[in-house]
Amino acid sequence: MLKLMSTLILLFFSCTFAFAVDVAPPKEGESLPEMLLPAIEDAGVQKYLGVSGSGPFSVNDIQGEVVIIQIFSMYCPHCQADAPFVNELYKKIQNSSQIREKIKLLGVGAGNSNLEVDIFRQKYKVSFPLFEDERFVIHKQVGEVRTPYFIAAKKNSEGAWIVFYSKLGGIKNADSFLKTIRQLSGL
Amino acid sequence: MMKKTFVAVMTVALFLIATPLTYGLSEAFKDSVYNPGQLKPIDSQLKVKVGEPAPDFTLPSLSGEKITLSSFRDNKNVVLSFVPAAWTPVCSDQWPGYNIVKDIFDQNDAVLLGITVDNIPTLYSWVREMGQLWFPVLSDFWPHGAVADAYGLLRSDGVTERALLFIDKKGILRHAHVSDINVRPPMQVIVTELEKMNQTP
Repeated sequence: MLKLMSTLILLFFSCTFAFAVDVAPPKEGESLPEMLLPAIEDAGVQKYLGVSGSGPFSVNDIQGEVVIIQIFSMYCPHCQADAPFVNELYKKIQNSSQIREKIKLLGVGAGNSNLEVDIFRQKYKVSFPLFEDERFVIHKQVGEVRTPYFIAAKKNSEGAWIVFYSKLGGIKNADSFLKTIRQLSGL
Repeated sequence: MMKKTFVAVMTVALFLIATPLTYGLSEAFKDSVYNPGQLKPIDSQLKVKVGEPAPDFTLPSLSGEKITLSSFRDNKNVVLSFVPAAWTPVCSDQWPGYNIVKDIFDQNDAVLLGITVDNIPTLYSWVREMGQLWFPVLSDFWPHGAVADAYGLLRSDGVTERALLFIDKKGILRHAHVSDINVRPPMQVIVTELEKMNQTP
């Protein structure tokens, strides 16, 4: 009887734990979830994000003052339509000596395999880093948001990323999006 | 005993955590997509065999043209993409991806035919929401799901499985991928099977 009770209690807590993975999207003022990104082989991308290619890395390892994370999918028509604007945003950041080293941009393909991310990268000639999230691990960490979704965070004095922008929808206009990011982050 | 029970319970819990219950639905569909929840992964029995001729059919397409499978004989490899129903989550998150890989089909001398059991007006609205698709979308609405049934892909509730069928230029079925209805098939399946079909005509 005791064993049965213990089993039921254990099952209850296990299932509670299993469904407790449902989380809300990151809110402004909160810390960015501890996302683990796949290892990078490309030396240029390693240099851009300031990480070594020795294995998977945490988003906390990224060097910079602001990080912009695009949650996308190659299967998402709005992400496809928004791709040129996100490319333009990256170009604008890279063309500005003031912010080039400070703002880092990356994309996470929700439910997309390496091949699927590569298809998106090649189709839209994306030159900023895109990562696979085939098992929806990061997608779950950010509250299973619809795509496209943008999260921007700023590093505080203790080195933690604090979210200051978290919104559903494409950026649509690179200039106004960058202006918003610079205003909100104070860069 | 307790240790064994603990291991068993934790295994179940970990399985629940690891099972993908999610999908990356595009904002394009906002709240217009109906969520049927988790469904029985596969609910039919294939009636076609790899290496045998694929059953021929003629179905109306969204453009008004009638499409006959055998019309591609000796000319193109054919991929049939059966999706369960319009306005459902995973389906709405599948064909828009195929929309950006026309070049992969072209490189492998193949055409893609999308098929559902919905009627033309429903397909019209749904496909418009996805944007323009480069491949024909066929309606297997009447007699209801007859083509799906001929392939053994009609489920007991009248929708189809989520399946990809690869048919070569001789009309022979080369591969059938019936996925869990709740999960989008990986693009790798399409790339691998198209290349195999194209390399060994």
